[in-house]
Amino acid sequence: MTHHTPKYFLSGALALATSLSFAAGTPAMAGKDDNTLNVAFASEPEPLDTYKIAGRQGLILARHIYDGLLYKNLDTGEIVPALAESWEFTGPLTMEFTLRKGVKFHNGADFTADDVVETLNTVIAPEYGTRYSISVDWIESVEKLADDKVRINMSKPFAGAVEMLADALPIYPHEFFAENGSEGISATPIGTGPYKLVSQEPGIRYEMERFEDHYTGSPKSGATIDKIIVRTMPEMNTQYAELMSGDLDWIWRIPPDQAKQLESRVQIISAPIMRIGYVGFAPEAMGGDSPIADKRVRQALIHATNRAAITEAFAGGASKVLNTACNPAQFGCEQDVTSYDYDPEKARALLAEAGYEDGFEMEMVFAAMPRPTAEAVAADLAKVGVTLILNEQQYSSGIGKWRAKELPAFFSNWGSYGIGDTAFILSNFFGGGDDDLVQDAEVAELLTVADTASDRDVRAENYSMAVKKIADEAYWMPMYNFNVNYGLAEDLNFTPHPDEFARWWNSSWK
Amino acid sequence: MLGYISKRLLVAFCVCATVSAISFALMFLSGDPAIAIAGAGGRAQDAEAVRIAYGFDRPIVVQYLDWIGSALTGDLGRSIYFNVPVTEIIGNRVGVTLNLGVLSFLLALVVAVPLGIAAALRPNGWIDRLALVLAVTGQAIPSFWLGLMAIVVFGVWYGWVPISGAETWQGYILPVIVLSYYAMPAMMRITRSGMIDVLATDYIRAARAKGLPMGTVIFRHALRNAVLPLVSLAAVQLGLLLSGSIVIESVFALNGLGRLAWESLLRSDLPVVQAIILILSLLYVLLTTLADILNAVLDPRLRGAS
Repeated sequence: MTHHTPKYFLSGALALATSLSFAAGTPAMAGKDDNTLNVAFASEPEPLDTYKIAGRQGLILARHIYDGLLYKNLDTGEIVPALAESWEFTGPLTMEFTLRKGVKFHNGADFTADDVVETLNTVIAPEYGTRYSISVDWIESVEKLADDKVRINMSKPFAGAVEMLADALPIYPHEFFAENGSEGISATPIGTGPYKLVSQEPGIRYEMERFEDHYTGSPKSGATIDKIIVRTMPEMNTQYAELMSGDLDWIWRIPPDQAKQLESRVQIISAPIMRIGYVGFAPEAMGGDSPIADKRVRQALIHATNRAAITEAFAGGASKVLNTACNPAQFGCEQDVTSYDYDPEKARALLAEAGYEDGFEMEMVFAAMPRPTAEAVAADLAKVGVTLILNEQQYSSGIGKWRAKELPAFFSNWGSYGIGDTAFILSNFFGGGDDDLVQDAEVAELLTVADTASDRDVRAENYSMAVKKIADEAYWMPMYNFNVNYGLAEDLNFTPHPDEFARWWNSSWK
Repeated sequence: MLGYISKRLLVAFCVCATVSAISFALMFLSGDPAIAIAGAGGRAQDAEAVRIAYGFDRPIVVQYLDWIGSALTGDLGRSIYFNVPVTEIIGNRVGVTLNLGVLSFLLALVVAVPLGIAAALRPNGWIDRLALVLAVTGQAIPSFWLGLMAIVVFGVWYGWVPISGAETWQGYILPVIVLSYYAMPAMMRITRSGMIDVLATDYIRAARAKGLPMGTVIFRHALRNAVLPLVSLAAVQLGLLLSGSIVIESVFALNGLGRLAWESLLRSDLPVVQAIILILSLLYVLLTTLADILNAVLDPRLRGAS
């Protein structure tokens, strides 16, 4: 480290990111030297039982430790074999799997049909408390047909079944799991994955080592990094400092403005993800008695909002304005839909037509969205006479108010569980459930067909019609797809994926 | 004296009960815990399942009485987020907070008292001026900024100390200095003003006139009287340092109680939040009670007044 003149110190004192750019000297290449990947997350991973995890942090760790029956190759969009060698639908509601032989768990146990049966039959029971019912409620039961054969009986048609089996439903060793349950597997995670957990201080620090006996033919094979150390560091500025000094090799979710400042010092990658921002309109709110129940008003609001400018200013990177209530990267997300360009004149005309030439006042709650984006929307709408009363809330409070039908507009985001299929976004908001404040029977019907059909073309066609109608009716003002900025050591190879699951088994040093 | 102490303890108990009841109610006012626990991708039926699993469907009063009943028998429940007993999590994290809080407190005291005395001996002298500058900057500079600057200079540029974490004792150097700098000014100023008042009294003049050595006058006669308000303030400061180090714990990635409380609040982990609030309010009450008793020991007049 070189010494610094007082001049540098003073200018550096203005802002941390700026000051760091003055810091000369070569950072220590600690990670590459001992082939250890040092990772930091800003929030604490949950206990490592995949079925109970909501946050990406815990899920990323879990996917290194455990494997599912199938795996999705996101580059090709193909579902490929993992713990199951092959699979087929033997009936409308039955799937059969031939399991791979010679797979070992981290504790030395052999992987067999018993593991699949025990794991899945345990987690589908309501008393197990699986976090997202959508992930398992389509499974009625799992049967062992032979040591290497299992059958899944489905409780209902569910087009997302294969997607779910692709690494979202991991298999635990049956003897250990039967004896120790969720608490045991979280305390001592044992899987078949490319990395095994060697120590953990839950929520604080995790150490994983490459599993040398990871099965051949695995879609997660080929790991080259020996060791991965994951720490929780809540303050992003501290993460930047550690990254620049070489003590960290991988951080993520860097805000766009800070990513720009860091660019000259470390490797920054921006990648689009499945999560999209949206303003949901609720024609059903207030007993249907609000301006938002009028289609022309909804269209006017979208015309009045300069979404391109907002996206450019506050999301940046790989984010783009959307016209659909789903991510273009998702299967079934039709892009040939009605779009509403920025046109305040047209907005005013539509408002006048609907009888609101003097505008109106409306509440909008925003949750898990940056305040400036909400303020920008409000500023744009103010120009056409619509006064938004902005109210920032936790997602839980906001969605609670939404479900209670007390909110005409809700500005938030949805990650589709990282899955590239329109089923995982539209059905929740337009399928007729509690989050559906549109209650458009036609759309709900189209979605039911699309969600349950096994024929991909039938699915695509029905989603297409649903997505088009949602755009025509302006039920949503889609904002933009999110992007994630990663901060990486200069000598690290890392490929981001839109599902936000970091695959460190694919990482290597340059 | 015994009556005085038991009266203080009764007040202490009432304070704890009130604090825990208010915090319990606030948790429910701030949003539906069932939805928060079900997560951002949770559907309405997931939230319903959570509501029933954790008993959030019962009236709040019933839930509170249930909680307090268990707490009185020493059972603080299980963390919803981590699915382990609350006592286990708190046990894992309390050490960092105690180390940080107590060390910072001692450092602040060691700097504040001598500096306060020196400043009081020559009001408006150069030591007094210097102390004033230190105090004003200490109170004006936000601790997160000072922490980050310390990281940049001593962690990144010079590499003398670890940037974050508490795996080694060196990891405590920066956070302790930053946190103590935040606590020091008030203690220094109160020592100074107390000393100035006392030094102007007749009995000090008498002691000086008697020809007692300066050291004896200052430490045996003046400081003992000037220290009374400092004891009360120090108790509050120690409580603050132990409960209010969230920012410092975040900046330096120390996994202590403050951060645990903050994170648990965000993820609606009620049992953990309640337990931490209970522990911290107990601690506060204990510290102020101790300060009251200590003051009563130091100053016989207070005992009569109670």
